[in-house]
Amino acid sequence: MLKIRKRDEPWKWGALVVFLGALLFSLAISGLLLEGQGKDAFYGLTVLWQGSFGSLWSLEDVLLKAIPLFLCSLGVAVAFRMQLWNIGAEGQFALGAIGATWMALSFPDLPRFVLLPLMFVMAFILGGAWALIPAFLKLKLRVNEIISTLMLNYIAILLLDYLVFGVWKDPASFGFPMTPEFTEGAIIPGIGGSRVHWGIFFCVAVGVGLWAFMRFTRLGFELKASGEGARVARYAKIHYGMLVLFVMGLSGGFAGWAGCVETSAILNRLQPSLMVGYGYTAIVVAWLARLEPLNIAFASFLLAALRVGVENMQLKLQIPAAFGTIMEGVILLTVLAGQFFLTYKLVRKPRQE
Amino acid sequence: MWEFLIPLFAATVQSGTPILYATLGEMLTEKGGVLNLGVEGMMALAALAAFWTSLVTGSPWLGFVAGGCAGMLLASLHAFVCISCLGNQVVSGLALTILGGGLTHFLGVPYVGLAAPGFDPFDFPLLSQIPGVGEIFFKHDMLVYLSFVIPFLFWFFFRRTSLGLHVAATGEMPAAAAAVGLKPIRLRYFAVMAGGFLVGLGGAYLSLAYTHLWTNGLSGGRGWIAVALVIFAFWRPGRAVVGAYLFGGVMAFQLRLQAAGTHLPSSLLLMLPYLLTILVLILSAWRGRRIDAPAALGTNIEPEG
Repeated sequence: MLKIRKRDEPWKWGALVVFLGALLFSLAISGLLLEGQGKDAFYGLTVLWQGSFGSLWSLEDVLLKAIPLFLCSLGVAVAFRMQLWNIGAEGQFALGAIGATWMALSFPDLPRFVLLPLMFVMAFILGGAWALIPAFLKLKLRVNEIISTLMLNYIAILLLDYLVFGVWKDPASFGFPMTPEFTEGAIIPGIGGSRVHWGIFFCVAVGVGLWAFMRFTRLGFELKASGEGARVARYAKIHYGMLVLFVMGLSGGFAGWAGCVETSAILNRLQPSLMVGYGYTAIVVAWLARLEPLNIAFASFLLAALRVGVENMQLKLQIPAAFGTIMEGVILLTVLAGQFFLTYKLVRKPRQE
Repeated sequence: MWEFLIPLFAATVQSGTPILYATLGEMLTEKGGVLNLGVEGMMALAALAAFWTSLVTGSPWLGFVAGGCAGMLLASLHAFVCISCLGNQVVSGLALTILGGGLTHFLGVPYVGLAAPGFDPFDFPLLSQIPGVGEIFFKHDMLVYLSFVIPFLFWFFFRRTSLGLHVAATGEMPAAAAAVGLKPIRLRYFAVMAGGFLVGLGGAYLSLAYTHLWTNGLSGGRGWIAVALVIFAFWRPGRAVVGAYLFGGVMAFQLRLQAAGTHLPSSLLLMLPYLLTILVLILSAWRGRRIDAPAALGTNIEPEG
């Protein structure tokens, strides 16, 4: 018989082993799914790998998808750290895109160095404000933020639909739901001749900024302390309510930035195809990365690679895009189950005579 | 006036039914102390399993049971991750929704647009003759009639059976339950899986009675509404009925407004159920009696040693 024992000291490489184990396990499951669909599993996984890392073109694609994922998960992770379950990155992302579009359509003639900052500011404000709604409801009325942030996702997507089907619709779009294309000043340009745009440096700046903030400022320290719970925060004489508002605003603002970058640099206009679930994948990324900024960069890259690889499978094997979602779910569940071994171990129980 | 209201109320009962099954399923799970946010994904996968089974076997009843089993299967993953491996219940539930949604889209591709045998409405003998009430409640399909009974069974289970009392005890104080010789781990497994079965029945209703044909995105947020309704209902089956029909009403009303061709854009009308969910949470928090929540809800049972 096996018995559960608490570990005396933490398992040094445990987190990495669990993470790699989850990856392997999800690959095995996807192989089975492929076989179930009558496809060759090994060939399928080769297509997945080549789609992600096989060429410079696909690597560029991975980087491009990692950018919004990174910003969204950074936001999710900041909130999760304080045990604020902000599941609303998807909606805050949409609001950021709406804010950026609003500026881009209102001031099309402004030069880039004025218009782009304006778009980023408005995306942060709207994304943050969208996250402040559940924060207020939680503080004032103790409304569960998990469900309110989720409901706001649905509402945000419908709001986006309303805008692109209605007031912001391009009269020259032949009835397609999209805004007119942005002017040059509203578009984040590519670096050199590549498709990768300057948003990637923005990500680096935001990531380093957040890390420094958590590490070196009093507020950042308080934030970490409050992660242990509201009561600890109150003992440390931290105004818990203000901190909740600050963190949720920041969290939503980051997701808003992701929406801004994606609309400006990738689509160059607002349209419903913007919403591909980055906000939900961000939850997977944040948890895989154990809420650490540097790990988040790595995990965003990995899950972006998965998305790009699955696109390649879609093309070559007619596999539905949902294949990637299944893998995300399996990875997350396996990591959750595997983390058990970070605190506990199984030992052989001596037979009782 | 009545020509408009009676069909609306009848439609309310129909669209409230899947939500009622799912709400009671989540309520059963939470009574045992486990929070399962996977309801949305479980309903989606159950709808597909039910549809597929009914299509292949030609028996909607088998489909209905298959839906329940699919819900239970996903729930068992949640149970393993949270109860045995002490994983975070919030994140595991989210993972379940991601996985369930993905599997449904992936496996459902060949069936989009196909129709399977489902449940058809019939007049319930005698009761459908009652003016008004009969029109509203007794001209539906078999699964609606079944859903009338389940809240009573639920109530009876938790008030009158020892298993029900034991499940509730692990939701309140698992340590105390263990001290008097109960098996909290097993009881929690039971609560999560039985709850998952009920949630699955709600999903099955969507494809077998609500539409009869397969389209993607059938669950459309109903799973999350069910999670919110458990809070609204203060973990009591009677109030779950009220909540489910409230949402059924808004969904039916919204569809009718769209069909009537109002000036309001459809995207704004579609927001109504989600806005109502937030409103319902505000109302229940405002009347708030937190005491009603199972005391150990969301906390895992740490192994000793």
